[in-house]
Amino acid sequence: MNLTIRVWRQKNRLDVGKFAEYKLADISEDSSFLEMLDILSEQLVADGHEPVAFDHDCREGICGMCSMTINGIPHGPESGTTACQLHMRHFHDGQTITIEPWRAKPFPVIKDLVVDRTPLDKIIQAGGFITARAGSAVDANAMPIAKGIADYAMDAAACIGCGACVAACPNASAMLFTGAKVAHMNSLPQGKAEKDRRTLAMVSTMDGEGFGGCTNIGECEAACPKSISLDMIAQLNRDYATAQFKNFFKPVA
Amino acid sequence: MNLDSKIPEGPLAQKWTSHKFNMKLVNPANRRKYNVIVVGSGLAGGAAAASLAEQGYNVSCFCYQDSPRRAHSIAAQGGINASKNYQNDGDSVHRLFYDTVKGGDYRAREANVYRLAEVSSDIIDQCVANGVPFAREYGGYLANRSFGGAQVSRTFYARGQTGQQLLLGAYSALSKQIGLGKVKMYNRHEMLDVVKVDGHAKGVIVRNMVTGEISRHAGDAVVLATGGYGNVFFLSTNAQGCNVTAAHRAYRRGAGMANPCYTQIHPTCIPVHGDQQSKLTLMSESLRNDGRVWAPKDKETAKKIREGKLDPNAVPDEERDYYLERKYPSFGNLAPRDISSRAAKEACDDGRGVATTGLGVFLDFRDAIKRDGQKAIEERYGNLFEMYQCITGDNPYETPMMIFPAVHYTMGGLWVDYNLQSTIPGMFVGGEANFSDHGANRLGASALMQGLADGYFVLPYTVGNYLGEQGVAAAGKVTTDHPAFAEVEADVKSRIDKLMSIGGTESPRSFHKRLGNIMWEKCGMSRTKESLTEAIEEIQALRKEFWSNLKVVGDADSLNPELERAGRVADFMEFGEILCRDALMREESCGGHFRAEHQTDDGEAKRDDDNFAFVGVWEYKGDDVAPALHKEPLVYENIKLATRSYK
Repeated sequence: MNLTIRVWRQKNRLDVGKFAEYKLADISEDSSFLEMLDILSEQLVADGHEPVAFDHDCREGICGMCSMTINGIPHGPESGTTACQLHMRHFHDGQTITIEPWRAKPFPVIKDLVVDRTPLDKIIQAGGFITARAGSAVDANAMPIAKGIADYAMDAAACIGCGACVAACPNASAMLFTGAKVAHMNSLPQGKAEKDRRTLAMVSTMDGEGFGGCTNIGECEAACPKSISLDMIAQLNRDYATAQFKNFFKPVA
Repeated sequence: MNLDSKIPEGPLAQKWTSHKFNMKLVNPANRRKYNVIVVGSGLAGGAAAASLAEQGYNVSCFCYQDSPRRAHSIAAQGGINASKNYQNDGDSVHRLFYDTVKGGDYRAREANVYRLAEVSSDIIDQCVANGVPFAREYGGYLANRSFGGAQVSRTFYARGQTGQQLLLGAYSALSKQIGLGKVKMYNRHEMLDVVKVDGHAKGVIVRNMVTGEISRHAGDAVVLATGGYGNVFFLSTNAQGCNVTAAHRAYRRGAGMANPCYTQIHPTCIPVHGDQQSKLTLMSESLRNDGRVWAPKDKETAKKIREGKLDPNAVPDEERDYYLERKYPSFGNLAPRDISSRAAKEACDDGRGVATTGLGVFLDFRDAIKRDGQKAIEERYGNLFEMYQCITGDNPYETPMMIFPAVHYTMGGLWVDYNLQSTIPGMFVGGEANFSDHGANRLGASALMQGLADGYFVLPYTVGNYLGEQGVAAAGKVTTDHPAFAEVEADVKSRIDKLMSIGGTESPRSFHKRLGNIMWEKCGMSRTKESLTEAIEEIQALRKEFWSNLKVVGDADSLNPELERAGRVADFMEFGEILCRDALMREESCGGHFRAEHQTDDGEAKRDDDNFAFVGVWEYKGDDVAPALHKEPLVYENIKLATRSYK
């Protein structure tokens, strides 16, 4: 198929940035979206131009590295799909495709479609873990966990940390990301000991990094390539309220 | 080259315990005086960095991705083995050890594999404590399944995302230490060389991939956990960024490169669709628990399927060749990867392949759906089925999946002794980057096991032992002011300048594709003396062309994916030749290395234990000079070498 690609070009953090338009011919409908961008790169390089910089790695929809807004939707029009798992058969011959980087204040553009997502790591570093010393754990079956709880924890843990939720949210809120991590760890028995401390620390870091609050718009859930549910935000709110309440009487952190 | 494997004395089952006792300890107050560099943040690197920091060492950790959570360990789907015997089906440390040595076609070092089997149960405990949501039974206990090459159910899994969940466990342990300031994390930094002082590894030179800045980092020990080299084939199941640069640069500085020809071809990948393809996607091996592999018995039928004139569902059972069940009745569809891959190739070479290219066979769930219901299959493999549909546009609940072998895991890597120390003292190598545990073939669900074993349970001890031996007076002694750093940094810079200044016409990707084509055609699933000799010549010619006709656009002091790729492809070009030399030297077939000259009458791999029961270790001798081969004999004291049979 033949396509027109409108893509955001921005040299670096300080550059203003603008859209550029390129023509592409003979794209196979079996190609992935990123393979289409590879072909564009080769075409640009052949003409002596710099290719469009974009983040990508596993190309299996699981590392969470790819990050681009395609025709206004993070990861593109297919639901529950990362950009790397989006295939060209979902587009049609002659179509114009607009590609932009994640748009959110905490994610400054590094170059073209590449943004800096380290604020998400900082939220994890504040408390997104269960403190367990390597080498001294008890037998894994010593603590049975009901299948329902294990499954729920797994639903939450499926988050790949790509940041589409932030990019989709008009408030650039990271509540779905943080909620997923909190729900994963707070619901497991081994995560209960530092539940309150974890929740308070992660929320406070999230706010400190400049992410906005949640106003129940739901764009995050719609854009999430792993279909993480809004329930995770509800759990975050509950756990946060409980932790704050307890912290008011006796500091938990 | 000193290839002393330092296997501890004593009976196999006691080796690791007594070795741990005999190791030098570093007192907790002194640990903070030592700096350790960890390159790579996957299962091995992330777990090692987290554990070493937890013990009190200062750790610097580097990864090329934007976050340590993205390491390619994340993509391993199926599961992780452990000898827990929770299923009461006869598993034990010894059985896991035995299966792994046998699965590796008797080309792995006994003592290392035994230790791997031994610590495997600790890994599960550790991961559960870290919050990894493994699958559970209704009673709340951990669930297991079986995997290729095993007759017991010892594989623990977290839906189809086991690698992701294990990596996130290690990443969260690492994140805790980053938050505490014990690990300094360098995202988007690529290691470009090793610095040696008085023969010991004392630092690395890295490039900040955003600013292009080249910087020096000194440490008392260096751990490389930089993954495998499968991308030398261009198309593979590896992530795009996976590369051999760190290992290859270490090789050029004196580290031995062991068994590079052992490349695993995984049997269950989605077939190639065309020449625009950039990578191959694996369907988890766990699918072979329920899926039945077949090709049409008849070439005409296969042709009709390829042309879309016949629905594969319409092929009656008696016209289907369930070749794995036929040839390997006791293991059936769970035959090991090398054996299953070759069997698929055989069917396709015979003209009975499906997919438009003729390079595909079926993995059919019809019978499993009939037996257990679609819901049960959805529970087990739902996300894998979705992924398949997303990539191919076909619904695998209705029409059988198509699969074909593809380059997956690399069992070769830097040579290490029992302490996982390379031939450069002070440089340790963990996970896929070393050669040690899988022999000539890796069984399913054992890559995750090795990564975490090295990272959580081996390196934290052996690195400490090395530091203890060096003595606290040596801690932090070497700084980046040492002239060795300036020298290596100058090398790195001149190499980048050279790549930028060639000013030719061909892109790095195009060279990579051409190299990959040579590798796959002449050193792929089947190799011959002739094809390998040709490959070596062609790679040498291609390398000349690369250095005279490469075109790298952009500049060196900003984010430049073309420059990154150029540097990696340059290293693949040199490494690819070593791989072919190793394959040429090894006049036998074993595991992932199949020399067509060495096969039995019924087409099985024919090993030559009398002449080839050794680790082949290559030593760098200079540019355009053939590397030297050294041999570490493999001594089996606890296992009788036998012909590997899965019939």
